[in-house]
Amino acid sequence: MSGKPHSHRCCARDNIAPVVAKRERTMALLELENLVMAFGGFRAVDGVSLKVEPGTITGLIGPNGAGKTTLFNVIAGAYQPTAGRIRFDGEEITRLRTDERFHRGLVRTFQIPHEFPRLTVLENLMVVPPKQPGEQLWANWFTPGEVARTEAEVRQKAIDVLAFLELTHVMNERAGNLSGGQKKLLELGRTMMTNAKLVLLDEPAAGVNRTLLRKLEEKIQILNREWNYTFILIEHDMEMIEKLCDPVICMAEGKVLIEGDFATVRNDPRVLEAYLGETVHPEVEAAIAEIEELEIEEGNA
Amino acid sequence: MDTLGLLNYAIFMGVLIGIYALLSLGLNVQWGYAGLFNAGVAGFFAVGAYLSALFTAPPVPDRIMGWELPTGVGWFAAMAAAALIAWPIGKVTLRFRSDYLAIATIGVAEIIRLVLRTEDLLSGGVRGITGIPRPFGDLPYEWSQLAYLGLTWGMVVVIYWALERQLAAPWGRMMRAIRENELAAAAMGKNVEARRLEAFILGAAIMGLAGAVYVHFMRAITPEAIDPMMVTFLVWIMLILGGSGNNRGAILGAVIIWVIWSSSELLTDRLPAEIATQAKYIRVFVIGLMLQLVLRWRPEGLLPEGTHVRRSS
Repeated sequence: MSGKPHSHRCCARDNIAPVVAKRERTMALLELENLVMAFGGFRAVDGVSLKVEPGTITGLIGPNGAGKTTLFNVIAGAYQPTAGRIRFDGEEITRLRTDERFHRGLVRTFQIPHEFPRLTVLENLMVVPPKQPGEQLWANWFTPGEVARTEAEVRQKAIDVLAFLELTHVMNERAGNLSGGQKKLLELGRTMMTNAKLVLLDEPAAGVNRTLLRKLEEKIQILNREWNYTFILIEHDMEMIEKLCDPVICMAEGKVLIEGDFATVRNDPRVLEAYLGETVHPEVEAAIAEIEELEIEEGNA
Repeated sequence: MDTLGLLNYAIFMGVLIGIYALLSLGLNVQWGYAGLFNAGVAGFFAVGAYLSALFTAPPVPDRIMGWELPTGVGWFAAMAAAALIAWPIGKVTLRFRSDYLAIATIGVAEIIRLVLRTEDLLSGGVRGITGIPRPFGDLPYEWSQLAYLGLTWGMVVVIYWALERQLAAPWGRMMRAIRENELAAAAMGKNVEARRLEAFILGAAIMGLAGAVYVHFMRAITPEAIDPMMVTFLVWIMLILGGSGNNRGAILGAVIIWVIWSSSELLTDRLPAEIATQAKYIRVFVIGLMLQLVLRWRPEGLLPEGTHVRRSS
């Protein structure tokens, strides 16, 4: 695994070479090169290399403990990787702080909603836009006009986003009082207050009821098509992955197992094996759906 | 005590309440806005007090400074010095989370106190600094006290107004977001470390101002005045009781606690001498009891933090 450009390519992709060759030509928005995140002796992310093309919604699946959220934390800058490199939008960002990555258009959401509980829903959104002049201590005193102008724009944008998410009725509530599903929508809403290029969505469907889930899928599609957001989506809800994601990447034990379209990944015996922890016989396959149901219910609990 | 005596006492108490209100406002910036557990309030108070004293007091042989500059210069220097010293302290200690930060800041405050005690060239060691001028000090005693009361509360009002304005601005919203959830604030592009340092420095500057206001009122300062019980912990109790995150709560807490603290002294002094000494400890007990009751029944304080967005629907 030296610095050779193709050495990081996963073995699983060798048999779909034409697709890979086509991808090499476009410039990837995000490029991970042999990324390792070790906690003591445990390698939660163990040599992950992958590329995310602009305009795609990449699904990231894998059993619990596969390293998906850890990978998100490394990409977003919450953890410094033990080894490896991250390139984003043609720039190396491996050593940048989380907030610096945000300003380059790399935005994340959290698996467990991280709202600001004692701020109102509206404030939760208004706090997000980057480079607000009013956030400078002196600007409030020396350029109050500019501060007020930006503030009015930010407020209007937040109101629009709340309307889009159908959260207008709770905009003056403290965010801590929202339901789990509403907090998930708020997480998505925060990404809409930015000039994001890449959004990392960590289990947006967990704990969200079916009706809201369809709405969430629809919002993500709109953001992808009309706002030109690129997404990486961690999700256990396979319906959502199937509907939204191409390509799909399956991780297990900190490694990328396979990448391809949903059907390819779904039917790969290694994926089934990763979820079950042993070689799968055809008759076991029926049981897998059941296990996933359980996992989703676990997420809802 | 006759009426005039009581009135004098009330004015004296009013000035001290104003000084505590400033300290409490300063701590509110750090704890109420930014969630920084600074247990070294006394340190910044001391830096402000001594700096303003050194700028304005007459020179003393074998010591440096004693520049006899106007009081206003001293006050400004006090704020600047407290802010300046907060910068390296914050740089080092703000990496720690809550309880560790408290221990680190207590340590720093003690270092400052011990340096002031033992160092002879600037602070005069245990003898301290005397002959510090007071604005309106030439007026007759009562009028001078009254004028200083006005000046002190003038400062409280100015600082209160400035902080309210700052808290209502996007700056305040961002600070509260950082306090609520650091990880999410960083993910939303806020430079958490730099912003925490900013709040720490701003709060320290206000504490420094409180020290300067105190020193010109007393006209003298010794290291004895930098007692962590009186300066750090009493201020914490004021802020928690009044309502952290709310500037009016910070001021209210200062008023309530100081009135109880101070007037209970009046009561205990009237007791026979043999119980009077012991009765003084009742004051500490009463304050502690109040804190317990507030934390049990009204953990957000008497005036809780409100929401800051104008209702627009």
